[in-house]
Amino acid sequence: MTATTVVELPHPHGDSYLTDGTTISSWLLTHDHKRIAILYCLSITAFFFIGGAAAALIRLNLLTPRGLLLDAETYNRTFTLHGVVMVWLFLVPSIPTTFGNFLLPLMLGAKDLAFPRINLLSWYLFVLSGLIVLGGLIGGSVDTGWTFYEPLSSGYSSGALVVVLFGIFVNGFSSILTGLNFVVTIHRLRAPGLTWYRLPIFCWSTYATSVILMLATPVLAVTLLLVAAERLFGVGVFDPTHGGDPLLFQHMFWFYSHPAVYIMILPGMGVISEIIPCFARKQIFGYHFIAWSSVAIAVVGFLVWGHHMFVSGESIYAALVFSFLSFIVAVPSAIKVFNWLATLHKGSITFEAPMLYALGFILLFTIGGLTGLFLATLAFDEHVTATYFVVAHFHYIMVGGMVSAYFAALHYWWPKVTGRLYPESWARFAAILIFFGFNLTFFPQFILGYLGMPRRYATYPPEFQVWNVFSSAGASILAIAYVLPLLYLGWSLFRGERAPANPWGATGLEWQTASPPPTDNFPRTPRVTRRPYDYPAPAA
Amino acid sequence: MSEHVLEKQFADLAHQSETAELGIWGFIATEVLFLGGLFCAYTVYRYLQPAAVIEAARHTKIVIGSVNTGVLLTSSFFMSWASLAARAGQSRLLGWLMLIAAALGVVFVALKGLEYAQEITEHLWPGQHFSLDIAEPREGEVFYFIYWLLTGIHALHLIVGICAVSVIARRAMRGEFSAAYHSPVRVVSLYWHFVDIVWIFLFVLIYLPGRGA
Repeated sequence: MTATTVVELPHPHGDSYLTDGTTISSWLLTHDHKRIAILYCLSITAFFFIGGAAAALIRLNLLTPRGLLLDAETYNRTFTLHGVVMVWLFLVPSIPTTFGNFLLPLMLGAKDLAFPRINLLSWYLFVLSGLIVLGGLIGGSVDTGWTFYEPLSSGYSSGALVVVLFGIFVNGFSSILTGLNFVVTIHRLRAPGLTWYRLPIFCWSTYATSVILMLATPVLAVTLLLVAAERLFGVGVFDPTHGGDPLLFQHMFWFYSHPAVYIMILPGMGVISEIIPCFARKQIFGYHFIAWSSVAIAVVGFLVWGHHMFVSGESIYAALVFSFLSFIVAVPSAIKVFNWLATLHKGSITFEAPMLYALGFILLFTIGGLTGLFLATLAFDEHVTATYFVVAHFHYIMVGGMVSAYFAALHYWWPKVTGRLYPESWARFAAILIFFGFNLTFFPQFILGYLGMPRRYATYPPEFQVWNVFSSAGASILAIAYVLPLLYLGWSLFRGERAPANPWGATGLEWQTASPPPTDNFPRTPRVTRRPYDYPAPAA
Repeated sequence: MSEHVLEKQFADLAHQSETAELGIWGFIATEVLFLGGLFCAYTVYRYLQPAAVIEAARHTKIVIGSVNTGVLLTSSFFMSWASLAARAGQSRLLGWLMLIAAALGVVFVALKGLEYAQEITEHLWPGQHFSLDIAEPREGEVFYFIYWLLTGIHALHLIVGICAVSVIARRAMRGEFSAAYHSPVRVVSLYWHFVDIVWIFLFVLIYLPGRGA
């Protein structure tokens, strides 16, 4: 059996999950994981462009040292909106709720997730939370940043903060239920013969992500509840005037929010692990190491939150331990990068759009990861804390890494999801434009941070202007590059060439059924007899 | 016995039941982390202000608290018995036992309401009108802040549990469950026991500080 063999197709281009019911209610009341994935995709795309618009405003404002168009108050509200929307309404749900939802049952050879109704409920909770959060952010004047630090958030910020916190609380339910659904599905719904070590890496990374979603999100929920209650009662555990401890807030917040960083990158790593072997035509190198490194990241990721608090007054001994553990957590990430590179070694590499994004991911993630080690170093961190160095670092991971991976996934599985091929040249052009736009936006910010420009200020000393102009110029390129896929993918939905079941000649189970798949995914439950990524060995 | 709908993603009913149970265990794990955050806040505050917490805790209503502990433990006894009845396929007995457990839950909530009413008249609700006759009333207020949050969230969980158990009890009465298929019973009973266990921790942390010899 060669890699490109297609198991019997139930229909050429007839019935699929897309044509199985065409009314609005057949979408809004669907239990089909594939349709729910589409619902998620539409909602997070909307939120992505709202958060992106806020980013555009920020970069526009920073063109001039005095601030081009926003006063300080509005600037604070704008970066708060950008952060909150991008973290909770785009990055955290991005790959898990769309591709996780769509692909997990297909990759497992299952007909659906374990709890389809809860899956739909998660989407409704997500949309509801998005509306509440946006209402609070736009209607009220919330200016705390996405971190809601105490006592700023309970004592000095606007009352609309409670609305935003409530929205994120509801959002948490959506995350938790999605994570729970995925974990149970991976444990219980694997097809016959699909052992853990035959799972695609995407399933391993989704599993690790889901465990974090389940175990970290509740802590965020309770932390935000405590802040909201503190505002409502006028007293609370974080309140120093009553003998409370504002540092406790930071501990509890980062206990969620550092693992959440891994929620925002692990699924991307899963996507890259699917794409690299496919376009290098090789068995993935070090399967077991890549698989277990996801689990290692999830576990160790729970133990490093204190590196956000090096200058907050935690003891030097705690800081030392957190610094050490932060270096440790880089090891599994490095294992992944080296294994991807080893997979590329002597592969028959082709450069389709998903592969371009994947290669971009490796480079940008590596820069983001290595600068993370700078920040884990106590002495260096003291110098660049709360500067643009930090901003550049996490944007290299979140945007350079996760958003690249999201676009990689979007192009790679587009034929499977929609049954249409996208225009390859446009896609390659957009991928390259995103890469250049991204680097032009964020690399100057490393320099700005190193020179000492603090984050979250509406104005800056004139000597920083040149780097800020570079950065804003990059952001405008990035903005155009992000709109491009919307246009040509939209075009391909109606005019694109019909996609075969397996346009890439990939090995995963999801390619062994029709494009787009039928509602029940497979004509009959597949039986798995091989390890994943079983690409034919290259001729000697 | 009515037909059980086997959802398409499962091979058989046993597969479906075991999956549901794994789901509720996972859900309980998330709850442990959620409440763990509150317990953490309690622990830190008690460490920072040991004297105030002990003084403030002496003003909690230990009689109602103790009776309620007994009520909830008894309800768990009936719930365990219900699980045995489900396994034996005794549908009517199962329904009645679950209803008794739910009724004891209602008693708990009612007594808790009584306790809350008493505390509100004594100005133990944090905020402007809070007053407490101890050496450090401002710190005592934070204890009551934690108290209202913890017990309020617990009561909310219990109310959800009462509703869920009542629904499942009704389904049991209609004969929807059998010795072979009763996973909804197992799911709600796991949840019920969890809420009960949380209360045992709350009882110790809220009512007992400062009450030793």
